[in-house]
Amino acid sequence: MSRFLKSAALVLALAVAGSMPASAGKLGLGTPATPEEVAAWDIDVRPDGQGLPEGRGTVAEGEAIFSEQCAVCHGDFGEGAGRWPVLAGGAGSLSSHDPVKTIGSYWPYLSTVYDYVYRAMPFGNAQSLSPDETYAIVAYLLYLNDVVTDEEFELSKENFTSIKMPNEGGFIDDTRPEEPMKAAAEPCMTDCKTDVKITKRARIIDVTPEDEEAAGMSVD
Amino acid sequence: MKKTPGPDGAPASPGRRSLLKAGLAVGGLVATGGLARGSEVNPDNLPPNVADWSRYLGAGVDAAPYGVPSEYEAHVVRRSVEWLTASRESSVNFTPLHELDGVITPNGLCFERHHSGVADVNPTDYRLMINGLVDTPLVFTLDDLKRFPRENRLYFLECAANSGMEWRGAQLNGCQFTHGMVHCVMYTGVPLKYLLEEAGVKTNARWVMPEGGDSAGMNRSIPLEKALDDCMVAFKMNGEALRPEQGYPARLVVPGWEGNMWVKWLRRIEVGDEPWHAREETSKYTDLLEGGKARRFTWVMDTKSVITNPSPQAPILHGRGQTVLTGLAWSGNGRITRVDVTTDGGRNWHQARIDGPSLPKALHRFYYEFDWDGSPLLLQSRAHDDAGYVQPTKDALRAARGTNSIYHNNGIQTWEVKADGSVENVEIS
Repeated sequence: MSRFLKSAALVLALAVAGSMPASAGKLGLGTPATPEEVAAWDIDVRPDGQGLPEGRGTVAEGEAIFSEQCAVCHGDFGEGAGRWPVLAGGAGSLSSHDPVKTIGSYWPYLSTVYDYVYRAMPFGNAQSLSPDETYAIVAYLLYLNDVVTDEEFELSKENFTSIKMPNEGGFIDDTRPEEPMKAAAEPCMTDCKTDVKITKRARIIDVTPEDEEAAGMSVD
Repeated sequence: MKKTPGPDGAPASPGRRSLLKAGLAVGGLVATGGLARGSEVNPDNLPPNVADWSRYLGAGVDAAPYGVPSEYEAHVVRRSVEWLTASRESSVNFTPLHELDGVITPNGLCFERHHSGVADVNPTDYRLMINGLVDTPLVFTLDDLKRFPRENRLYFLECAANSGMEWRGAQLNGCQFTHGMVHCVMYTGVPLKYLLEEAGVKTNARWVMPEGGDSAGMNRSIPLEKALDDCMVAFKMNGEALRPEQGYPARLVVPGWEGNMWVKWLRRIEVGDEPWHAREETSKYTDLLEGGKARRFTWVMDTKSVITNPSPQAPILHGRGQTVLTGLAWSGNGRITRVDVTTDGGRNWHQARIDGPSLPKALHRFYYEFDWDGSPLLLQSRAHDDAGYVQPTKDALRAARGTNSIYHNNGIQTWEVKADGSVENVEIS
């Protein structure tokens, strides 16, 4: 880049940024939220248990609720119906050509299950479950994934953080910066290859949900 | 992708033929023999004749109080891939990149991605709560938000799963489907920093959790450092109110980072000392590597580009001679400094012309004009950014990550232009 272009780019960059004050200060805008308002909207749950409400539910109770409210999409045993998400199984599949990511095989923390089920499930009827119902459903999902094996198992706020998920250690932080994607040198521009062959062609796969060979980048 | 692409030259399945036909039909073409323009020329409109529109009055003002595109542009629409999702409410569609130019995406063509449909939020009843590790938890109305100092910023938004269907090989014939989960608009809004300062962030705060107001209640963890750097709460796009499908009346803007974090219909921001490990950053938006480990918190969208014309939905119709190649480039790291283009499958590269604004974390438009001799071409583009990254090949990504990643596929795209001007999605050695 020429020196002129560089300085022009710099001027442009300056022209589009930095016009905002670093701080607006206290403007007296907004209304203090009451404790009741915060409690009603503050629905998130963290791995350390922060946000868990009082409550309890057993595997057996969860099975009944799941059959009624969840099985139509997820199957009676979390096996999934149509293209709806599979919730159980998949153990040992993550390094295969066909990984099956479920609560048991993939999810690192149990809190995510409670948080998500309460905030977004049943699909189209969010935030309708009571804490006890949510604990029960989560307990049943643990049972479907063999994390607990006793139908009388009761999940509660008290024992929640004692449950460890099988794949908790399966995650690493972003290591992309260690990949060789930065230009080590000026990339080749001329006579870079002698032989070029087409190795793959697009195929539009006529996919039906029942087709076992579905191009399965599932979006849910 | 559970499906391995077929062998080179596999016969087209009925599904593919019908989609190709549909694709060509929507492009205003007839797919019979060679490639021809769709609508027949009417000699009455051509010199030496005088067309009707040159003789008679047209529609008056207010025929369309909110203007709409010409009827001849009716094929320029977002499209979806039916079989990709279980429902229309938790689904995605794609921006028709091959029909657009410049760097701004029209509001009605910005791709949609919802997890529980488009929330219908009454702006009078809209509220944004900030709670958690703050001195004073606050509730803002939309009018409150509009009383803060505003900024205008042009940013791309790309879904982390854009090009995700290409990890196992070339799959879809059209940059609308391979790359259409990206758009770029000018946002007007308030720096998130100002809202957090109004509530008073406590010294042990490290993270924020935006939460959506739809029935999916989308929640993600964002480092406080990013929240205070360049995140915005936006209420306008390209000058007008956000479209409902883009989060009306207010959404989060997280420049350069994956679109899933740009929470729409924003209802709450919690400040905390630890990340939440929400469903959308554990079960989803984590990148499964060869060997079974997965990367998490892979927020930045990498350096990427795609040639939008010619492309499978935009074949060359004019035959040999002067030809304009154009495309888009972007990087979550900053500005695009250069785009290289090859027409011979990477034997030789040429620097394309970047035209229009060159802004950090925004789309860039590039052009390469050349004289097509009518022989088959293998087109690729390769973007460079000011952080020193160069767009990698798909094979380099596969070598580093395997093919189970789904997300963050920024590999170089190859289009094969055939002698008749038609274009196919391919990969090359």
